[in-house]
Amino acid sequence: MDLLTLLQVLDSTMRLATPLLLACLAGLFSERAGIFDIGLEGKMLAAAFLSAAIAYTSGSAWLGLLAGIGASLVLSGIHGLASITFRGNQLISGVAVNFLAAGLTVVVAQSWFGQGGRTPQLQGAARFDPITLPFADAIRDVPVIGPIYYELISGHTALVYIALLMVPLSWWVLYATRFGLRLRAVGENPAAVDTAGVSVIGLRYAAVAICGVLCGIAGAYLATALQAGFVKDMSAGRGYIALAALIFAKWRPWYALYACLLFGFLQALALRPDVIEGALGFKVNVQLLDVLPYILTVIILAGFVGKAIPPRAGGEPYVKER
Amino acid sequence: MDVMPKWADVVLIPLISLLLAAILSALVILAIGESPMNALKIMVDGALGSTYGWGYTLYYATNFIFTGLAVSIAFHARMFNIGGEGQAMIGGLGVALVCMYVPWPHWSLALLGGTVAAALFGAAWAAIPAFLQAKRGSHIVITTIMFNFIAAALLNYLLIGALKPQGSMEPATGKFPEATHLPNLHDVLGFFGIEFSKAAPANITFFVAILACVAVWALIWRTKLGYEIRAFGHSESAAKYAGISPTKIIMVSMLISGGLAGMMAINNVQGEAERLVLNAVEGAGFIGIAVALMGRSHPFGVFLAAILFGFLYQGGAELALWTKIPREMIVVIQALVILFTGALDNMVRMPLERAFLAAKRRNKGAA
Repeated sequence: MDLLTLLQVLDSTMRLATPLLLACLAGLFSERAGIFDIGLEGKMLAAAFLSAAIAYTSGSAWLGLLAGIGASLVLSGIHGLASITFRGNQLISGVAVNFLAAGLTVVVAQSWFGQGGRTPQLQGAARFDPITLPFADAIRDVPVIGPIYYELISGHTALVYIALLMVPLSWWVLYATRFGLRLRAVGENPAAVDTAGVSVIGLRYAAVAICGVLCGIAGAYLATALQAGFVKDMSAGRGYIALAALIFAKWRPWYALYACLLFGFLQALALRPDVIEGALGFKVNVQLLDVLPYILTVIILAGFVGKAIPPRAGGEPYVKER
Repeated sequence: MDVMPKWADVVLIPLISLLLAAILSALVILAIGESPMNALKIMVDGALGSTYGWGYTLYYATNFIFTGLAVSIAFHARMFNIGGEGQAMIGGLGVALVCMYVPWPHWSLALLGGTVAAALFGAAWAAIPAFLQAKRGSHIVITTIMFNFIAAALLNYLLIGALKPQGSMEPATGKFPEATHLPNLHDVLGFFGIEFSKAAPANITFFVAILACVAVWALIWRTKLGYEIRAFGHSESAAKYAGISPTKIIMVSMLISGGLAGMMAINNVQGEAERLVLNAVEGAGFIGIAVALMGRSHPFGVFLAAILFGFLYQGGAELALWTKIPREMIVVIQALVILFTGALDNMVRMPLERAFLAAKRRNKGAA
């Protein structure tokens, strides 16, 4: 395998890992605050639809992004209402959010655009364009460094770089700010946070809202950057892979990046069976590559490769007095 | 102390939740420019207006009874089996294998063999997540989600490879032999002299599903094992103190749950398609969640809720046929039912409890 092929695979790894990374960090904030969220998938899907719809009608990808975040936040609000205010079952609420998004996006898309549950193709400014980083063209012909900089590092959409920046930002927020300390505490021992006079409900709603914003960016990326428009069920299980990556990363931001890059790499390989055959000398089943993230997660969960311990108060509604 | 009488808990709360879901669904239909009353009329006519419609309604309901019972059993042990979808897929694999490779002399034996195979395969698919939950503490919800995807990939792999007949382009098995075909409701009811549509897919499996309801009821409320499952579901520590093994309860209840989900395959694979196709389950595993929540995890409630969802499914197909409302409208309704009967249960319950408490106090004051 030559350098260029490798760079192409790594380049698509970046593009495919971006939605996983955003959704994974979204889940990280929510679960670190003690709110399980299996509704990442639905929030991404809703954001993908509304961002594509608004980007198409307004002609601006950035307005689409805002709309996508809005759609995702509404679903976050429902999840928060059910799991924080009314102390319902967070898993069941997540399932409901997923189905709500899967159904409503198609029903509304059919009603607005009449194209069988999809939005029209996005063109021009309605999509996020690749950004060529400074000097990329200039050093393109320098051996090794040139192609790496030009093919791999430069030439992605703004959202890819935003997603990458979110990793140190999330780390900083969670581990270096007072808010982050409290947020992690509320996922481990909400009663202690409450005793310290900090609002458990407020913190948890904040975490759920951050989760909504990140899922919104992930969804908007799917419809306005990775692809050009919304199609039915376009999130295609990415929310669940993000959940798997979150467990793989044991609820830590930097490891989330590595896990998402790994799963993105597997997805990129599944698109290029010729490359695997060339590299390994034998055919690898594409279905196997598709399910490898899930199988790896089950193995991790089984505790054979280090134990994945979720935040202690995860999934438990907080009752102030018993 | 019970704040509310039992009837309010069992009947009133689900009805109010259902009403809320119906109102929101009607608003969605209004928002996309259709008439909710007209939509309801089309659904009732299409799903219940003829024996053909009933045949489809009962066919879907049969699927949902199995998956609903599966989720209910797990709920009783306070576990959330979200893997009904994968377990039903693998159940279908079991049915396909015994139908294709065993020379059955008669459909009744084939039904028996299919049922056993479907239950065994479904249970086997639930066994690994159950074991990981019981022994390693891995969260059953996450592992069963993962197993849904693994099941889909496995079927995909088999149906484009080993199980596909030679020369066929479609990812599906060949048609099962004639002797494994189950009688449909036309044949069964015709035996008793009742006219029923010949074209509808509802078949004898519907009665197996009713038997399953009775069996689950007897298991949960009339046996020692059922008592242990319920005790474990109420309080794990109390159950442990009483000498009930958590490992045993988790394993047994998940195996039964997976077996029931797998048994759905005798309806959709052996009864209707008469071959195994990709995506044969069509989301019925997930609808089981809505059905179990709606039916309050009681087999009779599950039965009623399954009929309701069968009606919604068949009615939704008719809607897509006659109006501009797409089939996905059912998914929205399903989501709203899960939301109100499951996640937002307290939103309905809290005001009601307050109202009942106030009424009680007033009565005491009067006496």
